[in-house]
Amino acid sequence: MKLTMWTYEGPPHVGAMRIAASMKGVHYVLHAPQGDTYADLLFTMIERRPSRPPVTYTTFQARDLAGSTADVFKNACRDAVERFQPDALLVGASCTAELLQDDPAGLAKTLDVAIPVVPLELPSYQKKENWGAAETFYRLVRTFTGGRERPADIAPNSCNILGPSALGFRNRDDVTEISRLLAANGIDVRVVAPLGATVEDLARLPEAAFNIVLYPEIGDSAARYLKKTFGMPIVSTIPIGVGATRAFLAEVRALAGLPNDELVGEAEDRATWYARSVDSNYLTNKRVFVFGDATHAIAAARIASRELGFKVCGLGTYMREFAREVREAAEEFGIEALISDDHLDVEQAIIDARPELVLGTQMERHIAKRLRVPCAVISSPVHVQDFPARYSPQMGFEGANVIFDSWVHPLMMGLEEHLLQMFRDDFEFNDGATASHLHETHAAVPAPAAPVEVAAPAAAAVVEGPVGWTAEAETELKKIPFFVRGKARRNTELFAAGKGIQPITVETLYDAKAHFAR
Amino acid sequence: MNQPLVSCAPTATIRQRGQHEVFCGLTSIIWLHRKVQDAFFLVVGSRTCAHLIQSAAGVMIFSEPRFATAIMEERDLAGMVDMHDELDREVARLLERRPDIRMLVLVGSCPSEVIKFDLNRAAERLDKRFGSRPRVLCYSGSGIETTFTQGEDNFLAALVRDQAVHGASEKVAKLVVAGSVADVVEDQFARLLDEMGLEDVVFLPGRSSERLPKIGPETRFILAQPYLGATAAALESLGARRINALFPLGEEGTTAWLKAIADTFGVAPARFAAITEAPRRRALEATAHYRSALAGKRIFLFPDSQMEPSLARYLSRELDAEIIEVGSPYLHREHVAGELAMLPPGVSISEGQDVEIQIDRCRAAKPDLVVCGMGLANPFEAEGIVTKWSIEFAFTPIQGYEQAGDLAELFARPLTRKAMIAGDRSGNRRAAS
Repeated sequence: MKLTMWTYEGPPHVGAMRIAASMKGVHYVLHAPQGDTYADLLFTMIERRPSRPPVTYTTFQARDLAGSTADVFKNACRDAVERFQPDALLVGASCTAELLQDDPAGLAKTLDVAIPVVPLELPSYQKKENWGAAETFYRLVRTFTGGRERPADIAPNSCNILGPSALGFRNRDDVTEISRLLAANGIDVRVVAPLGATVEDLARLPEAAFNIVLYPEIGDSAARYLKKTFGMPIVSTIPIGVGATRAFLAEVRALAGLPNDELVGEAEDRATWYARSVDSNYLTNKRVFVFGDATHAIAAARIASRELGFKVCGLGTYMREFAREVREAAEEFGIEALISDDHLDVEQAIIDARPELVLGTQMERHIAKRLRVPCAVISSPVHVQDFPARYSPQMGFEGANVIFDSWVHPLMMGLEEHLLQMFRDDFEFNDGATASHLHETHAAVPAPAAPVEVAAPAAAAVVEGPVGWTAEAETELKKIPFFVRGKARRNTELFAAGKGIQPITVETLYDAKAHFAR
Repeated sequence: MNQPLVSCAPTATIRQRGQHEVFCGLTSIIWLHRKVQDAFFLVVGSRTCAHLIQSAAGVMIFSEPRFATAIMEERDLAGMVDMHDELDREVARLLERRPDIRMLVLVGSCPSEVIKFDLNRAAERLDKRFGSRPRVLCYSGSGIETTFTQGEDNFLAALVRDQAVHGASEKVAKLVVAGSVADVVEDQFARLLDEMGLEDVVFLPGRSSERLPKIGPETRFILAQPYLGATAAALESLGARRINALFPLGEEGTTAWLKAIADTFGVAPARFAAITEAPRRRALEATAHYRSALAGKRIFLFPDSQMEPSLARYLSRELDAEIIEVGSPYLHREHVAGELAMLPPGVSISEGQDVEIQIDRCRAAKPDLVVCGMGLANPFEAEGIVTKWSIEFAFTPIQGYEQAGDLAELFARPLTRKAMIAGDRSGNRRAAS
């Protein structure tokens, strides 16, 4: 067993549901106990869908266990096909039904419904949501491209977009943005799947020249299957960030046989100039901790480092399936990747890294709030506020503009940062107050400890043996702005421990400052 | 207003089996962990259970929530490890992290019950191991056994049965008021009962994990919530006797509820009238503000919390609304007999659900307002059907005199909003996908 207060991903059948809910004409019959219909709220409330997800649940109860739950399942399948008349039926089990071993796949074969039935084997006690989505999408692609021939004459500029799905972080606008950008660059997008696709669309996948995988967590296994079966090349550059978008367009145009001397769409890039303009100067080397799904975390770390001039002091993902990619990316920044789905590990890593900005998921938002560190959300899992009404892509040039605004917003603005360093005892503007362009969310408390000094007991183990501070040194430390104070404390203690200095004086503090420099 | 009382009891209840669009009992943890402040709720279940609680409570500001899930893994199911040892280890880890926990509540789930994991034995063993510090209890919140508020029912029944294990406090309970209500409601009831001269009144659950006063043959109890079948049975098994009453929703329900208590304890009618006169007037006055918005409106209630019969009675008798169908996940005949008897003739009563068929019935009836869960609300709205999402009745102070107007406002709000927001409501807008 594993004690869990928060889970980054749902169970795999929620991933399957996301695929069914993304597509048109696909219905999912899920063998599940009463109560598992809570998952409908993810779609109707968080994503604010105006229709129910295409899922029929058997919702068996204890009294059904004495009888034949298999019959309950078969009836649910028949009723669903009759009522909704889908083009294809997905059948599977939730974690509880998996224990009953009713074998939905075997049962569905005996149904004699006139539509294709795709059985799903999703091991609930081993795998999670994204895996479930990827597996479901792969099964559907396999079923509906099976026996298809690749046409002889395929336009080299034709492609499919794979991976976007319901409940995906900003998928709605990413698809709009990238489709527009591709069209402007002379690329013909044939099928977008699973989002908005029918099973007929899936059957047409082999008719394009190549596949673009925007979300590897969901589209990778299907794309690899299409490559193996039909020889379709895969574009795997993820167009999040200005540099990545350029590289993506270059890669796509090369595959399509188009010249690469001009890329259309760059005129919309304002993020590059915004980051170059002088008021972004103060962003240089701000320490940022990045966590999320692998795709968004890697992309965010690269934007932070190469395009905004932040210093990446932590990078991690909750997806073991993509640990290798994240480890490789972390090497670029000279740090070790954090691969964990335990939010307590993540919290500890954030405390240890002492960032000035956290880029993460809904959970990191909670953690950052507790540590009073600015935070922006870059990846699922997210909540209702990250399914906004306005156009908010992460991908493409407009995506980069959105990212610039949303990541810089939580940071204290430059002039205020300067004034805080100059004048420390203002009754309104001080360490204890929120940045003045953000409204105060709680009553100002008399100068609380700096965020990163709210360290769990374990964090004290960073230094070997307790290093004491003289009162003067402690007071002097308080004169360092709160967003870098934790880092200064840690560096000074490391410096003192390394030199065997005890206790730490004002002198030691400044010796350490000179030794490390910012 | 006061139509002649015509019992609708003879109306045949629609009983249907099919897809149930309801929460499981685990959801009750969302309010129970706030009500009982030194308790910790540990679900023994799967990732689905963890995901459910998190999704339902996802917008909570939490630094360290007082609930968690011990997620079963493949090793547990394959018998490679002893699940009891695993649970002991995780509980020890938890208590190390949270030494402030005074009561640990193990909550059973569908997976733990299907594999017949003996939670009672685990609770007994852990209780011994920690010398009852914290006390360890258990109850089932699984979907196969419980619907939404029934989770609270099982928890309260476990608290009552705990007397046999951990004993009671010095006090003897004369009156037990059972059912979680908002703190402000509890305080109002406590004041009214105090004015009637009642002593030794116990609210169940209390705000902390302290042992309950002794419950025995001299104890009377009254339900503040309609979903407490198991709790009532547990109290009765200790000899306590139930005071039969309407549930305290609206002026009429609250008065009937208090009157039943007053009569049981021999409070003089004049005294009762004097105590309740002012709050009754306030309740009627507050409710009157919303009657024009709801009078004659046709309302359809989907099953959710078992509060539906009481809500329907209130809507029909105090707001003059017309009730089309009252759905409830379960009808405790004896406990809601009074409520059903006050519904006008012709109201359909349904128990259980086949959600697709019920949606068909609902659409055919063309109601002005549908009370339903969050899985159905937005889809109905997109069809142009106004909804009131039902989970709010479990999360809002609605019982008692001072909340009668607030309860009316909850129903009036979506209708008012519809009138305020002009424009096309035909649902002819772009889907999220």
